[in-house]
Amino acid sequence: MSRLLIIAEHDGRTLNQSTARCVACATAIAPAALDVVVLGSDTGAVAAQAAELAGVTAVLAVTNAASGSALAAILAPQVAALAADYDYVLAPSTTFGKDLLPRVAGLLGVPQLSDVMHVIGPRTFQRPIYAGNAIVTVEVPPGTKVVATVRGASFKPVSGGNTAPVRAVDVAAPLPTHTRFVELRSGKSDRPDLQTARLVVSGGRGVGSAENFSLLYKFAERLGAGVGASRAAVDAGFVPNDMQVGQTGKIIAPELYMAFGISGAIQHLTGIKDAGTIVAVNKDGEAPIFEIADIGLVGDLFEIIPEIEKRLR
Amino acid sequence: MQKIIVCLKRVVDYNVRIRVKPDGSGVVTEGLKMSINPFDEIALEEALRIREQGKAQEVVVVSIGPDDAQQQLRTGLAMGADRAILVQTTAELEPLAAAQVLHRVVEREKPELVLLGKQAIDDDCNQTGQMLAALWGRPQATFASRLELSESSATVTREVDAGLEVLQVDLPAVVTTDLRLNEPRYVKLPDIMKAKKKPIETLAIESLGVDIAPRLRVTRYEAPASRSRGMMVKNVDELVAALRDRGFVA
Ligand SMILES: Cc1cc2nc3c(=O)[nH]c(=O)nc-3n(C[C@H](O)[C@H](O)[C@H](O)COP(=O)(O)OP(=O)(O)OC[C@H]3O[C@@H](n4cnc5c(N)ncnc54)[C@H](O)[C@@H]3O)c2cc1C
Ligand SMILES: Nc1ncnc2c1ncn2[C@@H]1O[C@H](COP(=O)(O)O)[C@@H](O)[C@H]1O
Repeated sequence: MSRLLIIAEHDGRTLNQSTARCVACATAIAPAALDVVVLGSDTGAVAAQAAELAGVTAVLAVTNAASGSALAAILAPQVAALAADYDYVLAPSTTFGKDLLPRVAGLLGVPQLSDVMHVIGPRTFQRPIYAGNAIVTVEVPPGTKVVATVRGASFKPVSGGNTAPVRAVDVAAPLPTHTRFVELRSGKSDRPDLQTARLVVSGGRGVGSAENFSLLYKFAERLGAGVGASRAAVDAGFVPNDMQVGQTGKIIAPELYMAFGISGAIQHLTGIKDAGTIVAVNKDGEAPIFEIADIGLVGDLFEIIPEIEKRLR
Repeated sequence: MQKIIVCLKRVVDYNVRIRVKPDGSGVVTEGLKMSINPFDEIALEEALRIREQGKAQEVVVVSIGPDDAQQQLRTGLAMGADRAILVQTTAELEPLAAAQVLHRVVEREKPELVLLGKQAIDDDCNQTGQMLAALWGRPQATFASRLELSESSATVTREVDAGLEVLQVDLPAVVTTDLRLNEPRYVKLPDIMKAKKKPIETLAIESLGVDIAPRLRVTRYEAPASRSRGMMVKNVDELVAALRDRGFVA
């Protein structure tokens, strides 16, 4: 009778879709109990959203004034205390989960699996190494708690419609004061979120400047697409870091990914391996991106994007 | 502050294309170019800049690995680290064991700051720094793209999915680096010569009393499902037609 706990990711108001993807992974493990814990200073709204996810047994709402800004140092002791009752602890492989879960594993003294992409059996999983150039099958021996982050791009979010019970839970864990939240600077945009968008338009060093990126924003708006970028475009200051796609940025799986002025370095391709259709536009016919593109066009992005737009109805 | 510890992992160079052995027992690493994990090089650069600003006295580089990891420690010394510690083992450690070993070193050295890469580009685990912080009972600031120090605390800008998050952590603390924190310096020849005189202390891993036996079983390595080359279109008309065929544009 295995029991599984998922750590919900949220911003205090909205449950992040990464949680529904974790639930999908958890469903493949088929535990007897599949609980979601919402930690925060105000958990009501998020707990209600988590209760709707198909397959969830119960939602634990752990409300604590100190948990307002999702600091790993504050959340980890609470999760570690709850983990005593569970055989599995999962979190999304987002910056939230990557920051938090190893601290939990460290407190518990158990190993962690990062970026689970496939569930082979209840204790057997696949994960990528070497920027996705190799996939390993890993078994967690019986008696060892399974602590794992889940790669969102590999799992479709479960649907809603559930009405799991929400329980308020008190956790008596001493919380440190050595870590303080100062601020979050996020480039608010109305564009679809990169990690959930069905279509993504992405630009690289070839775009040339921050000003030139407006061409991509405009095009993305026409398509209803999210916008991503290569590391080179971020490093050059064309766009903010949260737009980076790749090994060290976001791993995404849109139905359509259109790469403009991106050469196709292995670290970038890692981020789009699970995309449905990859389109590449590059003026260099030898660019490695064409080796994996479903549709490739050699040419100048500054001529091609306006030409595509003209042909859209 | 007195001391910064920087953790350097010896990994296959990021430019090398990795191949899985035909029998699925591992990846081919024999004879490949080895380097300092790129994130760790950034961590070292940051530590050196802090020392050069007069805010730290000493930078110590630590690696857990085989004898050959001395090469990466030598590179670290040539970049400017003051001394090096090699915790010697031919075993591949899981991040938890690496964190436990590093914790022992940290207990002995008592640094005010420990810098690690956010992830090693071989195992791509992204765990060791956070685990070390948990074991040590100290703050962590992961994925740092900016680090400012005061007497007793550090203000760290972190690259997170939503943008940039700023944290303040009391020292001692663990910080893991992201790619945009800095650009590491090149090593100059005279520095390599000078580094030959700097000390590398070697510790047998057994002397630290950490159980390094793997806790997880890796049963198989395989190549990823590869995407194959699709079609090249000749012009924008064909491109738009292909997108329309697949229902992406009206
Ligand atoms: C540890 C590590 C982690 C990394 N992580 C990531 C990551 O997460 N994501 C990532 O993207 N990279 C990552 N990188 C960097 C990666 O190796 C490449 O350097 C980077 O992806 C290159 O970006 P780019 O393709 O935009 O630039 P370039 O390689 O410079 O390519 C620019 C391309 O634009 C084309 N071009 C120029 N002008 C035009 C035009 N007018 N029209 C059409 N095409 C044009 C050129 O032909 C060229 O192919 C990482 C590197 C390391 C070492
Ligand atoms: N064997 C090791 N020797 C030194 N540092 C290590 C070792 N393993 C991991 N680290 C540090 O921990 C970071 C994260 O590694 P990982 O958790 O394996 O992705 C690396 O960037 C290093 O700074």
